[in-house]
Amino acid sequence: MTDARTKIRKTVYTLVVVFWIFAPLYLNNYWTDVLNNVAIYAVLGLSLNIILGYGGMFHMGHAAFYAIGAYTTAIINTTYGIPVLWLMPLAGIMAGLFALVVAKPIIHLRGDYLLIVTIGMVEIVRIALINNVFGITGGANGIFGISSPSIFGYSINGIVHTGQFFYLVTGFLAVTILLFYLLEHSRFGRALKYLCSDEIAAEGSGINTAGYKLAAFVLGAFWAGMTGTLYASKITFISPESFSFWESVVMFMIVILGGSGSIPGVLLGAILIIGLPEIFQGLQQYRLLIFGLALVAMMVFRPQGILPPKPHEYPVESLDESEVSL
Amino acid sequence: MELFFTQLTNGLAVGGIYALIALGYTMVYGVLKLINFAHGDLFTIGAYLGLTLLTSLSLTDHLGPVAGVLLLSVMAMGLVGVIGILLDRAAYKPLRTSPRLSAVVSALGASIVFSNTVMLVYGPNPKVYPHGILTSQAIHIFGLSIPVMRVIILASCIILMVALYTFIQKTKIGTAIRAAAIDQDAARLMGINVDRVIMLVFFIGPALGGAAGVMVGLYYGQINFTMGWIYGLKAFTAAILGGIGNIPGAMVGGLLLGVIEALGAAYISMAWKDAIAFGVLILILIVRPTGLLGERVAEKI
Repeated sequence: MTDARTKIRKTVYTLVVVFWIFAPLYLNNYWTDVLNNVAIYAVLGLSLNIILGYGGMFHMGHAAFYAIGAYTTAIINTTYGIPVLWLMPLAGIMAGLFALVVAKPIIHLRGDYLLIVTIGMVEIVRIALINNVFGITGGANGIFGISSPSIFGYSINGIVHTGQFFYLVTGFLAVTILLFYLLEHSRFGRALKYLCSDEIAAEGSGINTAGYKLAAFVLGAFWAGMTGTLYASKITFISPESFSFWESVVMFMIVILGGSGSIPGVLLGAILIIGLPEIFQGLQQYRLLIFGLALVAMMVFRPQGILPPKPHEYPVESLDESEVSL
Repeated sequence: MELFFTQLTNGLAVGGIYALIALGYTMVYGVLKLINFAHGDLFTIGAYLGLTLLTSLSLTDHLGPVAGVLLLSVMAMGLVGVIGILLDRAAYKPLRTSPRLSAVVSALGASIVFSNTVMLVYGPNPKVYPHGILTSQAIHIFGLSIPVMRVIILASCIILMVALYTFIQKTKIGTAIRAAAIDQDAARLMGINVDRVIMLVFFIGPALGGAAGVMVGLYYGQINFTMGWIYGLKAFTAAILGGIGNIPGAMVGGLLLGVIEALGAAYISMAWKDAIAFGVLILILIVRPTGLLGERVAEKI
């Protein structure tokens, strides 16, 4: 990449960050809320990116982990009154444990098969939530009355105090970006990319491929679970409808459309898929139709995503070869 | 025991429908190694086109119920088949050499386009097929009453499946399809026009799905624009259950899944019916990823 392009890129990123940080000052509540959603989905996209982008595993059931995090938070918060932000790690751990149990037997499946299994998994979780499993999920009605997050005794209601909530999610997003950037360039991240681009070679050079893949899966699930806490505390009400297969598709699209394996790509994906449709409110009925057409067109003309990672970092073509062992 | 037989026949009828849809998945997967996520929506389109043909042409008035339904089914099948070919041309053909994931995402996009087009054209509310257009009678055997409709559905499914199987196994074109499923390049070297084979597969599969759509309309009386998703997923489960890429496998898998689901709904829980189907899917993939009949996955279409 030439210096001029790097410069332009840096300028654009800086401008976006500046506009983002001051957004609540010039946006009304509605649009701030849209940005809050963009930030939440950006975190979800980044967490899925670890599994899909770095690990090369076709995982379309991410909403299940998100749901487990949100429900863990909701159940414990409404039963024992523990502040929601304290529950964040626990929500992550629950989602991570679930991922560990689920992923272990399926991690070796070939790409397409993994896709279908994870779709089945998210549907089973949703049906379990609707059927009020263990009598604690509230069935189809969901759970009401989750507390808002509070910092130093100051409660931030995600619906009323959209501006304050904005800085909370932005903080979480910033931490996520930083950690995942470090992860990408760590030994773990490099190993993942290597095994993603050529699993047999990676196995041959002594990388424990199954172990790394499982770790990526659990880490992605852990992070999605923590995001579930944020979501549940934002709207203070959750129901199985919020965690349908469609949610998983949206997260999947965010990663693929933006650029699988690239942090800026995933962020752009979240803006485009969650933020952009809000501009076309007037075309409400046609929104999904246009979305579908855009996806097809995108795949036909630019299948690697809008902002793919640099080629030497991560070969996108290699996703195709992840079908080595069934 | 009565419950068992009622559920068994119901499961077989629904399973026949799953099997018909599953054939479309399995044929496309056999030749292109692609999960055609939009296939379930082609099934929905079949159901809606069938309804439109039924109400606008009043074929059943002119030709009598049996011939009328037969003709409209054939018309719906043809139309859905053409849509299938167009789908391939627009969304899959440009991606033949791209990574697999691109085609999967394109398929998801196409699925969204189809279901939303149906919604925009027909409206978001469920549509109703005229009641008892063929028959709403039941036959009585050994003290059981079985709706005639069930028998008709199962019989039609079996006829279509046998026809397809014979076509694939006995004709020259069928041989070409099987050859393309084993190795496209080798098939091309043998003088087979692989593009035409793919086109044919994208006609036959969706046409069978369209027929299944009409059957669901006639059987349940009600259709909606989102039903393709759940039927599609069940049918895909059926295809995997039998061994994907394997035509007899899709048939056995479909019937088996229908029966498992119906019995599960009766003896375990109605509310967990869909979860049972997905549980079966996951179990099969973990224990026997090649499916019940699928020894050599791609070699037998």
